[in-house]
Amino acid sequence: MDGWLGVLIMLVLGVGFAAVMIGLSVLLGPKNPTPEKLAPYECGMPAVGDARERHSVKFYLVAMIFLLFDIEIAFLYPWAVALRDLGWPGLMQIVTFFMILSVGYLYVWRKGALDWAPAARARNALRRGPRKAA
Amino acid sequence: MPDTLIFYALSGLAILASALVIGQRNPMYSVMLLIASFGALAGLYIQLDAPFVAVAQIVIYAGAIMVLFLFVVMLLNAPQEDAAEWDRTHPLRQGGVGRFGAMLALLLVVQLAWALMRANDVSDAVSSRGDVATVSSVREVGRGLFTDYMFAFEATSILILVAMVGAVVLARQERGQ
Amino acid sequence: MFNSSFDAVVPMLCVTLAALAAMGAEAFRARDEKMPIGGLGIIGLVGAGVACALLWNRNTSSFGVIVADNFGLFVTMVLVIVGILTIMFSSQVLEVDNLPRGEYYALLLFGIAGMMMMATANDLLVVFISLEILSLAVYVLTGIRRDDPRSTEAAFKYFLLGAFSSAFFLYGIAFTYGLTGSTRLDRIGAFLAAQSMSDNPLILVALGLLLVGFAFKISAVPFHMWTPDAYEGAPAIVTGFMSTGVKAAAFAAFARVFLSAFEPFSQQWVPVIWVLAAATMILGTVVGVAQSNLKRMLAYSSIAHGGYLLVGLVAANQIGKAAILFYLLAYAITNLAAFGVIAMLASSNDENEELRDYKGLWHTHPALAAMMTVCLLSLGGLPPTVGFVGKWYIFSAAVSSGYYGLAVIGMLTSVVSVFFYLRVVVMMYMSEREGPEPVRPRIARMGMVALTLSVILIFYLGILPTRVLDYAAESIATIF
Repeated sequence: MDGWLGVLIMLVLGVGFAAVMIGLSVLLGPKNPTPEKLAPYECGMPAVGDARERHSVKFYLVAMIFLLFDIEIAFLYPWAVALRDLGWPGLMQIVTFFMILSVGYLYVWRKGALDWAPAARARNALRRGPRKAA
Repeated sequence: MPDTLIFYALSGLAILASALVIGQRNPMYSVMLLIASFGALAGLYIQLDAPFVAVAQIVIYAGAIMVLFLFVVMLLNAPQEDAAEWDRTHPLRQGGVGRFGAMLALLLVVQLAWALMRANDVSDAVSSRGDVATVSSVREVGRGLFTDYMFAFEATSILILVAMVGAVVLARQERGQ
Repeated sequence: MFNSSFDAVVPMLCVTLAALAAMGAEAFRARDEKMPIGGLGIIGLVGAGVACALLWNRNTSSFGVIVADNFGLFVTMVLVIVGILTIMFSSQVLEVDNLPRGEYYALLLFGIAGMMMMATANDLLVVFISLEILSLAVYVLTGIRRDDPRSTEAAFKYFLLGAFSSAFFLYGIAFTYGLTGSTRLDRIGAFLAAQSMSDNPLILVALGLLLVGFAFKISAVPFHMWTPDAYEGAPAIVTGFMSTGVKAAAFAAFARVFLSAFEPFSQQWVPVIWVLAAATMILGTVVGVAQSNLKRMLAYSSIAHGGYLLVGLVAANQIGKAAILFYLLAYAITNLAAFGVIAMLASSNDENEELRDYKGLWHTHPALAAMMTVCLLSLGGLPPTVGFVGKWYIFSAAVSSGYYGLAVIGMLTSVVSVFFYLRVVVMMYMSEREGPEPVRPRIARMGMVALTLSVILIFYLGILPTRVLDYAAESIATIF
């Protein structure tokens, strides 16, 4: 547990710095609010509508795929730490693992699950326009 | 006693954040508080000498799974949800369900109390085998994962693939419709 | 680490490669191109079958966690048969329901690979991962008709309860590992036999949690609640697949874990499984009688058949263990063929799965009605079908171990179950249909071939079972 003291100090410094900065600006800053000043900042334009819009289902799919690829990191981390003990057999294993998963990556890519505008893509296909190569 | 101090600070944070998760009316805040709770738990894992679990907790739970939660909350447009009509008549709002949940919670508390009372027995049973201290560092986890458990590790890739295909099949919008 | 041979994983490797190829083919096909992905799957499965035949009696193991003993290979062969029949039945269903072909076959093959892994796993962790692989595949297949709310609901229920039971199972593994220091079944067995842990409540907790996990997957009462809904909502052929394949794989792992690793605790778990078996047989049969939907009726029937298999596990003598294997084969072929008939008669907008839809089927589809009759009689356990031999074998195992109570319950429930199977038969032949004829799709030739093969197998194994019985007896000699 010795090596974690640095992490703790870092954490305390980070949180402390943010807290001090916000605290100082609350304490020292001049306050004369107007409705315009209190409105959310939208590049200088008046805000339109509610920020809490319903998001597209596509976000869900992206989050799902992100989660699945994120799990690989949990395997990569101990592999990287134990790399010297494992040697070539370890490398072979992680390569096999990634080869199998890359089939999934290809699949997801080709199915258009990562495309952000499938409607546009379908229109292109109808017009027999140039198709994006995978 | 800095260890004890840190332990109480972290567990206090975890309990407080978890309690607030249930108390929020806006599910977005609940998700954020859950991340705080997970962070505190990760600290506790480090204190338990399980750094790999701590890192996995941050990377997978606080990272990926909470992103998924956030997206689901945004997808359902949940902030306005508790004003909806159906919410009042939702089956989960009925008394019986609440009582059942309370009963389960009580059961958990009793069970935990029982386990803690008998903690000596438990630790004896577990520590009676010789290899308690072997699996702790990330390096040991890595060594174990890629030698003894290498087949399980490779099989996990198939599991992830199945999940990927399943997600695409069930969540993809039909093309051209 | 690398001195271990790869032989034992070859069967599941064949199927996995076929599944990966199916995914690749689906990813790279042009928009309206139809690819023979089903044929690809059959090639992979045949490869797995050949590998099984070559590995027979060789007792190899790979990486220490996968053992290709005859027990595992027998179940793998059953799974190969289930897979091939399912794919043959599926071609028509995919056409009629317009399901995503590539994904369907990929999930099916991944599921079979997971089942094979589960049947040959010698490590609790591998059992868990394979359980998850096959479960995820089956959850998605259950809900693959996305426009059908019943299908989605079935998948959702199945997923929630399944995830819950997986958690139980994993918790049980954690306890076992904590107490014994290993996840390998042989080491757990050796540890438990060497040390007297019977006074330790934690080992019983572990045992109970593992039991719940398995009981859920084989839908034993009282963990059967998801079964009727999931079986009814899923496409008929998927129901056939999961009621046979999942059950075969889960039973293989169940038998292996409890009869090898937890053998020293049989005093503790045998009475519990006795009660489970009795409750499962009784409830599956009694509630099955009251059903008006054929799929639901067969769901309860499959629950009852799980009960018969549990009887074999309780008896656990030489005959009992071999009887489990033979019964798994008998049940898999018969049940899959019955669901195949239902699947082929379903049209895209009307599933035609109520009992009254089968009135007068003999007059419109004589061949299908005849083959359905054979399947139902075999499920009911009437000679000269394979169902009779399987049941007879199971009950004689129970009697020879002295479990007369279970044998009597089993026979009584079998008699009652014949009633509801025969009811369908009578409807198909005797009754004239009132009202308009339901819309039925054109029956595909591939499905008929599969059905004919199943019926031939049902009769062959029913009349000349000795050879396969010998294989089953050989299988159990290797491990227990």
